[in-house]
Amino acid sequence: MILIVVEHANGKVSKSTREMVTVARELGREAPVTALVLGSGVAPIAAEIAKAVDQVLVADLPALSQYDSELWSAAVAQIATEGEASIVLIGGSRSGREYSPRVAIKLDAPLLEDIISLKASGDKLTAQHYTYLARVTETIEAMGPVAVVTIKPGVFNPATPRTEAAEQFDVDLNLPTARLKVTGKTAERSSRVSLTEADIVVSGGRGVGSAEGFTQYVEALADQLGAAVGATRAIVDAGWRPYSEQVGQTGKTVQPKLYIAIGISGAVQHLSGMNKSKTIVAINRDAEAPIFKIADYGIVGDVPQLVPAILAELKK
Amino acid sequence: MRILTFIRQVLDAEESVHVANTAVALENSKLVMDTMDEYGVEEALRLRESGIEAEIIAVAVGPGRTQDALRTALAMGVDRAIHVETDLRLDAIALSKVLAQVAQKEEATLILSGGQQADWDSHALGAATAERLNWPQATWTSALELKGTTLTGKHDVDEGSETFTLELPAVITTQQGLNEPRYPTLPNIMKSKKKELRKEPLDQFNVTPKVNFISAEIQVKNRLNKVLDGKDVPAAASQLVDLLRNEARVIA
Ligand SMILES: Cc1cc2nc3c(=O)[nH]c(=O)nc-3n(C[C@H](O)[C@H](O)[C@H](O)COP(=O)(O)OP(=O)(O)OC[C@H]3O[C@@H](n4cnc5c(N)ncnc54)[C@H](O)[C@@H]3O)c2cc1C
Ligand SMILES: Nc1ncnc2c1ncn2[C@@H]1O[C@H](COP(=O)(O)O)[C@@H](O)[C@H]1O
Repeated sequence: MILIVVEHANGKVSKSTREMVTVARELGREAPVTALVLGSGVAPIAAEIAKAVDQVLVADLPALSQYDSELWSAAVAQIATEGEASIVLIGGSRSGREYSPRVAIKLDAPLLEDIISLKASGDKLTAQHYTYLARVTETIEAMGPVAVVTIKPGVFNPATPRTEAAEQFDVDLNLPTARLKVTGKTAERSSRVSLTEADIVVSGGRGVGSAEGFTQYVEALADQLGAAVGATRAIVDAGWRPYSEQVGQTGKTVQPKLYIAIGISGAVQHLSGMNKSKTIVAINRDAEAPIFKIADYGIVGDVPQLVPAILAELKK
Repeated sequence: MRILTFIRQVLDAEESVHVANTAVALENSKLVMDTMDEYGVEEALRLRESGIEAEIIAVAVGPGRTQDALRTALAMGVDRAIHVETDLRLDAIALSKVLAQVAQKEEATLILSGGQQADWDSHALGAATAERLNWPQATWTSALELKGTTLTGKHDVDEGSETFTLELPAVITTQQGLNEPRYPTLPNIMKSKKKELRKEPLDQFNVTPKVNFISAEIQVKNRLNKVLDGKDVPAAASQLVDLLRNEARVIA
């Protein structure tokens, strides 16, 4: 079978899970596409994903109420072994990329990380992924009959649900005890559109001048366009914006239809988080700033003057 | 206790990438220790400076030139270095087999490793090594303390962050915010020249790559590069909005 580990949050199947279904179907293998739902109180999740796959395995256990890399990897490896899975698909979220290596070791299988394409020919699996801070596209091949694969979110089309639902089976698991003890949680809060799913992202860098400048220029423009807001590491480090808004190597990866960079120089670590955006706009007073090299449109000029003028123009 | 910090040598972020014969060519480019690994070296040094008795060993796997990155670690303050020399490119799953064996031989109880590799963009090495050793791990760690054999810290998870506690032995992978890595001082650079840098052949670790690297290419999306002069502010603003509305059609 082809095993998909279902990602879910707030009682809903994630978009990236439906993207994984597309990846599994496009492989064109005969093996049934099987979804594994791990969690506590996950009946609605199982019912939802049943409309997209060939069978659903459910482990609805109090012990799984909270994600843990040791629990998740043990569960996935056990089910993959029992079901003789040839491919295990895992979401490219932080957690997915954290426990997937453990699954690969348990299965003595290769790990293909954060892939943007996946093709099977006979027993061979060929994939592409980005390397060198998203500047290079590399083609790799898995060696061996079983492979563990994490899927880059937002690249594949999410599968649309059918009307008939696949059969569900409860599974028994032998779980270890979690050794990482979580003592507190800070959830990201945002009143805006989700940064990674927004069609338009307006981001600000040191060139907005201050935390107030960010509100006045970046947030105002984002509100006007119904966009999410992003930030560079420089202004996150400066305390102007929360880390949850950071775009780049050690922040989030976005690929919106429109990315507007305001007062951002365009360091490679920032570019790696946004260089796949469809249209890129830059506003920077330095004509030599590297951001202009990857911009479709840009204005060389002063943020405090230009952004209010752009806002006025949009409101016309 | 003994702390291993795993380090990798990568292209300096300021350098542009070149592809020759379907692989990234690093000749004639500036290579440095991966910043994410620098955070690990720095954290090991800080744990020791906080009063913990520890020997710190930097470990690297790679071709001859990799020893330059190990020299940097020695100059930052680690006690000795182990260089497993090979020209073979190993994926994270294969590499973790080497690191786990070194940790066992050295009887280490804490491994620090970069949260993400600046060249292969992999996140897998820390967790893969932890799994081989049957140790727990914390990834994307942005704060860390050690009291006795208990680690406490903070790390990033899906949609937020968590504080945690963890008993040694453990693997920790780094995230920005963990610390500001120090620069080696001249006296420390001089001192580091006398420190042990042991070379070991790869054969004894019995590793075979799990992933075949086929090719690499630079796919640049063609950008329009229509850059307007912003001296005439209203004109530039109106022209940009017009282009976004009527040419790119990305806003209403
Ligand atoms: C390991 C590592 C990871 C990193 N990860 C990230 C990451 O995830 N995301 C990230 O963003 N960075 C990251 N960085 C940092 C990155 O290298 C840059 O330092 C950072 O992106 C710069 O932010 P900036 O563009 O806001 O600031 P600067 O580079 O200072 O650029 C400010 C720009 O604003 C322009 N400007 C100033 N005033 C005005 C004005 N009045 N009008 C118009 N333009 C103006 C200037 O010309 C300049 O180009 C990382 C670095 C390292 C080492
Ligand atoms: N070698 C480095 N290691 C870690 N962070 C760095 C490094 N160089 C620059 N930065 C970060 O990048 C941002 C811009 O740095 P600078 O250009 O030196 O002002 C700051 O947030 C720094 O903390």
